Amino acid sequence: MSLIPYLFGVGVALVMLTVIIVMLLRRSLRERHALWWLVIGILALIAALFPPVLDGTARFFGISLPITLVMFLGIFVLFLVSVQHSSELTKLEEQTRILAEQHALLEAKVARLSGPEAGTHSSQTEA
Amino acid sequence: MNLGQVLIVMPAMNEAEVIPATIAEVQRVIPGANILVIDDGSDDETSALARDAGVEVLRLPFNLGVGAAMRLGFQYAANHGYPVMVQLDSDGQHDPADVPRLVEGLGEADVVIGARFAGVGEYRARGPRMWAMRVLSQLLSRVVRTKLTDTTSGFKAHGPRAIDVFKVDFPAEYLGDTVEALVIGHRAGLTFAQCPVAMRERAGGTPSQNGLRSAVYLVRAMLAMLLALLRVRVK
Repeated sequence: MSLIPYLFGVGVALVMLTVIIVMLLRRSLRERHALWWLVIGILALIAALFPPVLDGTARFFGISLPITLVMFLGIFVLFLVSVQHSSELTKLEEQTRILAEQHALLEAKVARLSGPEAGTHSSQTEA
Repeated sequence: MNLGQVLIVMPAMNEAEVIPATIAEVQRVIPGANILVIDDGSDDETSALARDAGVEVLRLPFNLGVGAAMRLGFQYAANHGYPVMVQLDSDGQHDPADVPRLVEGLGEADVVIGARFAGVGEYRARGPRMWAMRVLSQLLSRVVRTKLTDTTSGFKAHGPRAIDVFKVDFPAEYLGDTVEALVIGHRAGLTFAQCPVAMRERAGGTPSQNGLRSAVYLVRAMLAMLLALLRVRVK
């Protein structure tokens, strides 16, 4: 392979890894969210640095064009990440619901304890 | 140190069976103790039983993990002006009689860890798990520049500087409350010390002795430590 495509592949893989690692270190990403991105970044770097590895793996799976393997793995990892996000969203929605319920119950309790003279009808009317 | 200025925080998740006995023991051994039970989303009677025992209870509406429960404990300690906060397990594994010694150690360090494997007591962990924990302890000892033999102990006394740091930054992830907390504390300039304690057998099972699981545990712990070392500090 000529130099430019090779460097381009390595460069893109390095950019991917750098972005994820910097976000991890800055606490913009929690560890479990970074996991799959790190996996795919490392695989991309290996494939970029050692193209024969990619070719060999593609041949092993009976795939004629190595790029097809890249596409397939890319889509598969994106699928896993999406499913993980859906699962996290489901959990967060349930937690938010519980918080809302508890908030409603607590607000009523506080209003009762504060007595009628301190009563307000909803949190939006509080100054 | 006046033990009336000490807040004893007991994180608890579904410990209804044992928590009344644990609370009673603390109250007996340390009369006048300020106890706070933090219920981490239990679906049993843990909170109700703790309240019946006359202690303060904070109940998280869903399970967030011991790290989240402890950060809440630190915030409570800070809000109520406690200069010392001691973390103690709700399952009776920690002996409240050791608390005064841990608190005494705060004269020299910001965090005093009640450590197993420091020459006292009957606690036994054999095999791969023991080896993994020893490797971890040696690594962490080098990082925080203090000899530590038990880096996963949840029996700790915290002084005011430690409370200030951890009320803001205390990890909720796996191993966050032990390994990462040590590194975070170290990077914030806290000093650590150890105090040998005897831990009693846990009511439930013994931790996994499996070789593979121990190796995975060690790798995860080292990664957690590496991340904590490199991470940007929370302001």
